[in-house]
Amino acid sequence: MTAGRLFEGADWDFRTLQRIHDACEDVALSELGLDVYPNQIEVITAEQMLDAYSSVGMPLFYKHWSFGKHFAFHEASYRRGLMGLAYEIVINSSPCISYLMEENSATMQALVIAHAAFGHNHFFKNNYLFKQWTDADGILDYLEFAKTYVSQCEERHGRLAVEQTLDAAHALMSHGIDRYPGKKKLDLRAEEKRAGQRRLYEESEFNDLWRTVPTGPAKSDATLSVERRRRLLGLPQENLLYFLEKSAPRLQPWQRELLRVVRHIAQYFYPQSQTKVMNEGTATYVHYRIMTRLHEQGRISDGNFLEFLQSHTNVVFQPDFDDQRFSGFNPYALGFAIMQDIERIVTNPKDEDRDWFPDIAGKGDVMGILRDVWSNYRDESFINQFLSPRLMRQFRMFHLHDDPEERAGIKVDAIHDERGYRRVRRELSKQHDVGFIDANIEVVDVDLAGDRRLMLRHTVVKGAQLNEVDTKRVLQHLADLWTYDVSLTEVDATEKVMKEYVLHPRGVAAAA
Amino acid sequence: MAIHIVDRRLNPGSKSLENRQRFLRRAKALVQGAVKKSSEERDIRDVLEGGEVSIPLDGMHEPRFRREGGTRDMVLPGNKKFIEGDILPRSGEGGGGRQSAPGTGDSEDAFRFVLSRDEFVDLFLDDLELPDLAKRKLAQAEGEGLERAGYATSGSPANISISRTVSRAMARRVALRRPRPETIAELEAELAEEADEERRAVLIAEIEALKAKARRIPFIDPIDIRYRRFETVPKPVAQAVMFCLMDVSGSMSEHMKDLAKRFYMLLYVFLTRRYRHVEIVFIRHTDRAEEVDEDTFFHGPASGGTLVSSALQAMNDIVRARFRPADWNIYAAQASDGDNSISDGEVAGRILTDMILPVSQFFAYLEVGEAGGHSFEMPDSSLWTLYERLRANGAPLSMRKVSDRSQIFPVFHDLFQRRGKQEKVAP
Repeated sequence: MTAGRLFEGADWDFRTLQRIHDACEDVALSELGLDVYPNQIEVITAEQMLDAYSSVGMPLFYKHWSFGKHFAFHEASYRRGLMGLAYEIVINSSPCISYLMEENSATMQALVIAHAAFGHNHFFKNNYLFKQWTDADGILDYLEFAKTYVSQCEERHGRLAVEQTLDAAHALMSHGIDRYPGKKKLDLRAEEKRAGQRRLYEESEFNDLWRTVPTGPAKSDATLSVERRRRLLGLPQENLLYFLEKSAPRLQPWQRELLRVVRHIAQYFYPQSQTKVMNEGTATYVHYRIMTRLHEQGRISDGNFLEFLQSHTNVVFQPDFDDQRFSGFNPYALGFAIMQDIERIVTNPKDEDRDWFPDIAGKGDVMGILRDVWSNYRDESFINQFLSPRLMRQFRMFHLHDDPEERAGIKVDAIHDERGYRRVRRELSKQHDVGFIDANIEVVDVDLAGDRRLMLRHTVVKGAQLNEVDTKRVLQHLADLWTYDVSLTEVDATEKVMKEYVLHPRGVAAAA
Repeated sequence: MAIHIVDRRLNPGSKSLENRQRFLRRAKALVQGAVKKSSEERDIRDVLEGGEVSIPLDGMHEPRFRREGGTRDMVLPGNKKFIEGDILPRSGEGGGGRQSAPGTGDSEDAFRFVLSRDEFVDLFLDDLELPDLAKRKLAQAEGEGLERAGYATSGSPANISISRTVSRAMARRVALRRPRPETIAELEAELAEEADEERRAVLIAEIEALKAKARRIPFIDPIDIRYRRFETVPKPVAQAVMFCLMDVSGSMSEHMKDLAKRFYMLLYVFLTRRYRHVEIVFIRHTDRAEEVDEDTFFHGPASGGTLVSSALQAMNDIVRARFRPADWNIYAAQASDGDNSISDGEVAGRILTDMILPVSQFFAYLEVGEAGGHSFEMPDSSLWTLYERLRANGAPLSMRKVSDRSQIFPVFHDLFQRRGKQEKVAP
């Protein structure tokens, strides 16, 4: 086991990386029992890291101005020293690709390999959300396909038309997600193949004569009952991009395909947004365990271990709410703290913990329980289940209730005491629930008999209405794709209409 | 388990360059405005240095459905003194601390980013156009030049590349093991001294074999021969000369010279963007003109009366002597406070219309005034009146008055703006 130091000082080369990886792998597989995708480690420069930032961390992506904008923005803040760069980026794919910055010292590379190549990797492979929604084997091929497809479309249909379609699709991206697993798992490889077949079929079936055939009088839509019409259109539908792709009357086939691409990519990132705390917590917990073990084995010197501890402490630092640096809960800090707390409860519980966590308290098998947690929870359920009173006291959490109607001010609703634990925990869990984070917007009906207006509805929760300027812009994009009027009503829980938007298409995006 | 370590550092960089260009194209109007604004504040020396610009987010905005307002619940860490049921005043410092919930941000109203030098200059000069460029392009006879372009297997004997041919021949001889003459000579020497018949027969056979091989493998084979290859390439007239004419008589103040200098520099930058080679000729004049170097031009002391015709005559002489109009694009910019001897007007006008304007691409006259003076309220000077009259008669002159540093850019812009095809250069 103890095969001497992995490295001395801060310098590293590729053999060092290999040794570090092998040592981490040894600890990760035999002691922590992790189950990971094969690893691929790529060393990159700061500029390449900025590149990756601007295309949401993916190694390849289609071209769009908004990525250029993000790049310019990141670059400017990086140059002014407002922003440090991440030490790594890791991609949920098989093989699991981790990008390491070349500036990192040897200790940092070890930290990052343990963190990304084992922590995140295990989480990606085993968490139920990722299993359900993402296809790690196919994602890189699919992105390659998307990139080629977009550039082909630009050649065939012009850059402007493609850009307008993508702008619109991006605006609707947060509402282009299936939230409930209804149908089969996404298989991006098959998806890519089917897209190719669809195009081939269209080309082989093309006959210009069909254009000239006179069509008979269309069947009257008025005869369709409301119920039947809604069923035919699959309404109500909260996946706006899916609905447009399938039902928008005048989109070109390539435009539908573009919507589909954007929708698939949004879906791919969907699990990441609801597992930030867990994902980072897992990775931080894993790197902490691995690094500590390597130090115990004498493979990392005391000095390098102190360097590690310093970075680790920075990563899990949680400023107080009244601190200048505060910007919400730090997912690393919260996730790591809960997981360490689980370890404590499992091995060395107090009476309070036995009351709160009868299932796991004192069970002894730390890794078995953590692996189970990592597989079967997301942030919302994880916090709701495992945030212990002790931890709430440690973070000194409190719950504020801010009602604009209340003149006197903001009310402290609950604090970290016996009466407040459950309420604080429930509220924090709700803060991490995607169901509450994204606005609940659905397509409810289409006026097929009349002016073909597309009707959307926003169910207002707790009085939070949509930002007017942005909403008009998004709806404008939507109307351009739909090519007829689009209306959005904001309705509160009592069915009272609070606000109504109607937008007319500009008639550019869909101009055939 | 298999692991791959890949070094991506040497991959071609600037992967996002194309996205960046798309972004700049989309934000062009905004960025251009920002570039102009930021260039007005800068020193002319740094004006083309690139750097940070800031544009309003509008138009580059990526809208999303966002919610705001309503009742909010939040859990925060770091409670110090609150207990359940406390009411915290909304505006109080020690109260709720940061009250904006995360997610409602995006309040940045301006977007700052860094432009490279080239991007900056391109945007700055983008809507400027060289005067009468189209006309001149047609008139330009593109000469043909020869350029070396590697080696060929055929060609004229004059072009045989001896070193290349010999080295190929040697490589071939070595590869085919052609016997060296020294080897044969050694064997023949041995043969001459050998007495043993049997051994002699062996040696003779060996020598014969080597000789035969040397005959089969020639010293230089036709396949070794290489010729130097040339390609003809069109060589456009890509050179321009810029004449800076300035009145340095006593009436020109430092401020006026500074204005003129700024204008010349912009013109120079502009020309270097378009032509591969740009020469500058400085001619300063009082009542007589001389060609000087840049430092003397701007800073050298001089005094005397004012005769504009002397400078024009000097320019004309220099053009004749050194810059054939067929080979050079000629630009001239004259700066003066407008003073001129009344008697000189006739001569100056004649030189200008008969000799200089026909060969020039562009002739700009910049009348500089004292700081604070309003350019439009300056009374018409004698030179201005003269040029005005020439222009009325159809001479292609561009003229402007400036009295303040900040007016230089707009003026420059005016003079060089892209024009419709029919429109003349002069406004």
